[in-house]
Amino acid sequence: MKKFLKVMAVVLVIAMLGAFAACGNNGDEPAEKAKVKVGFIFLHDENSTYDLNFLNGAKAACEKLGVEYVLKTNIDESNDCYEAAADLADQGCNIVFADSFGHEDFMIQAAKEYPDVQFCHATGTKAHTENLANYHNAFASIYEGRYLAGVAAGLKLNEMIEAGKFKAEEAKIGYVGAFTYAEVISGYTSFFLGARSICPTATMEVQFTGSWYDETAEKEAATLLINNGCKLISQHADSMGAPTACETAGIPDVSYNGSTESQCPNTFIVSSRINWEPYFEYIIGCVNDGKAIDTDWTGTIATGSVVLTDVNEKAAAEGTQAKIDEVKAGIEAGTIKVFDTSKFTVKGENLTSYQADVDSDADYTPDTEVIKDGAFLESNFRSAPYFDLRIDGITLLNEKY
Amino acid sequence: MSNVKNKEPLVHIVKRDTLSTLQSWLIRIASVAVALVFCAVIIVLLTGINPLDVYVTMIRGAVGSSRRVWSLLQNVAMLLCVSLAVTPAFRMKFWNIGAEGQVLIGGLATTAVMILFGSKLPTAALIPIIFIASMIAGAIWAVIPAVFKAIWNTNETLFTLMMNYIAIQIVSYFAYVWSVPKGSGAIGVINGTTHAGWLPDLLGQKYLINVLIVAALTVFIYIYLKYSKHGYEISVVGESENTAKYIGINVKKVIIRTMLVSGALCGVAGVLLVSGTDHTLTKDTAAGRGFTAIIVSWLAKFNPLYMVLTSLLIVFLQKGAIEIASKFELNDSFSDIITGIIIFFIIGSEFFINYKLKFNKKEENA
Repeated sequence: MKKFLKVMAVVLVIAMLGAFAACGNNGDEPAEKAKVKVGFIFLHDENSTYDLNFLNGAKAACEKLGVEYVLKTNIDESNDCYEAAADLADQGCNIVFADSFGHEDFMIQAAKEYPDVQFCHATGTKAHTENLANYHNAFASIYEGRYLAGVAAGLKLNEMIEAGKFKAEEAKIGYVGAFTYAEVISGYTSFFLGARSICPTATMEVQFTGSWYDETAEKEAATLLINNGCKLISQHADSMGAPTACETAGIPDVSYNGSTESQCPNTFIVSSRINWEPYFEYIIGCVNDGKAIDTDWTGTIATGSVVLTDVNEKAAAEGTQAKIDEVKAGIEAGTIKVFDTSKFTVKGENLTSYQADVDSDADYTPDTEVIKDGAFLESNFRSAPYFDLRIDGITLLNEKY
Repeated sequence: MSNVKNKEPLVHIVKRDTLSTLQSWLIRIASVAVALVFCAVIIVLLTGINPLDVYVTMIRGAVGSSRRVWSLLQNVAMLLCVSLAVTPAFRMKFWNIGAEGQVLIGGLATTAVMILFGSKLPTAALIPIIFIASMIAGAIWAVIPAVFKAIWNTNETLFTLMMNYIAIQIVSYFAYVWSVPKGSGAIGVINGTTHAGWLPDLLGQKYLINVLIVAALTVFIYIYLKYSKHGYEISVVGESENTAKYIGINVKKVIIRTMLVSGALCGVAGVLLVSGTDHTLTKDTAAGRGFTAIIVSWLAKFNPLYMVLTSLLIVFLQKGAIEIASKFELNDSFSDIITGIIIFFIIGSEFFINYKLKFNKKEENA
């Protein structure tokens, strides 16, 4: 026993010495002049397609502009987010960014405490009503990307109909959604409208999982839709659940947040995603030049924020890329409007007026007229989506979420 | 007498005489040191990063600024609170692994009071109602498996575990019902402008009240378990139910009563998390503390005072691990590996405190 203790004592002493030596080494870092340093907060890590998309954008933008950055992953939508944001500000970050919807209130709390630090938050809804000079929201007109992805889906459906795999009236799309939240509704509706612009007989079923990230639930939802006779799947939820279910069943999948081709080489068609790099470059540039950051920034196809991945020729219909490019040009030129009110009906009627809940409140009070000149103006009055109409042709299988 | 040689293994394990407190603590400290050396090897092999840098980063991550120290204290208080809650049942050998759900249900009650009565009642009335409602909610969630155990002798481990999932689903449901904006599934900060139902700051510190409440609970549970009649009954039931019956203890009553206490304490943890910290509720509000608390309680041999140390150790490792993941851009799983190794060594050290290895000398047996 005594011998054992002696050995342990020696080990301990060595460990202690090592620790002190290390302290000495780390003390004298060169004092840099005040430069931009960005802190990023992510809800999950690279295992989530949603967070990976942000992570890639963050690294690319910071490395391109040569600014220092700190990444904090797996930060819950709780007081942890406030602590993380404040800690990043303490570390000398002049910009703190958070990527998840539920982070918003905690970012605002930190923003009030650090008025000299810019707090930027993706997908949030409160910046335009909060009146804080250093708190900003950002999103992108991803519904345009969804529409383009829908075009690819429509082409695939047509190809399968022509090949005699099923009849035109059986062209049913399955969609795995997280919640019946405007962001999701806007996403699947624009996707559906894109698909129907190519394949007029297309219908859609949506199954919600009640979670933004639940691999098992997403897989089960996709499998259920496939068993219901859906011929093509797309999703708005952040795990690999739906894409892998499609690969197993051999059903084509239009993905989201980024390419899932490496894991699903036979079924992945194309994916729309928001490229956050332009936004990160924009905010870094603003702070560098001492300019104010937009309270509510909406990225578009033109800013390079809304992008489609490469089309997987193996799974996609012929001519998909060419058709996407054509429609994309139409959207950019303004000749194609995604939410053209003549292209969809609600309870059998075309809409001419709709009040949306743009200024978030606990009672969901509709406050803003959003239909103008024959189109629903999405991401116009604030960056985060507010399209929440239930249009005809889409069946929601479970509305509990 | 046979002449056959007894083949003995080279090593055998012998129960130790009780070690002095000093000796056993030396072994524990030594185990941490060995674990650190072992982790250092792993770090170099897997990442090539200087392990000393990693350890320094870890310490800085946990206590590197006053904000981090407060955050550390806050998290220790929360983990300790849940650990205190599970301990009475554990001493009774009732394996309650449902603390996660009990905390969530407590937090749900807190949330409900904050949302439904936040604008109707003054804070002075709101806070007591929050505590009472949440303690009752936690106690109900805990007593259900206790009643089944007491009357039908169902397996409490499975029962309490399953109750966690039900609680998570219920919380998810209400997070959706109360979400702002509609359908987002996130409640957001409740009463953010009025602060109705928020536990107050003390001396300008957000977390001080949480820390003080848990400190008081620690003393209370220590006294309850060590000096009260209830505490004695719990120990006897834990040692042997038959003995307990023989000396006239109503075992069923003790099981149910103890789980009511456990659940009510989990309810308090729910209050501290929702009303005292997050001011919102998600299904991740308990953040796994219901399970980590089991390790904390066990490592401390169910002694509330030691649990202060074990919860500090675990939170320190967690906080350090987060900083490692951030600074070296390693996945969080890597930090979990390090934390896991250290905890493994500490648990292993208990073996060496209770047993010793005896090396057989190479002698012929007569």
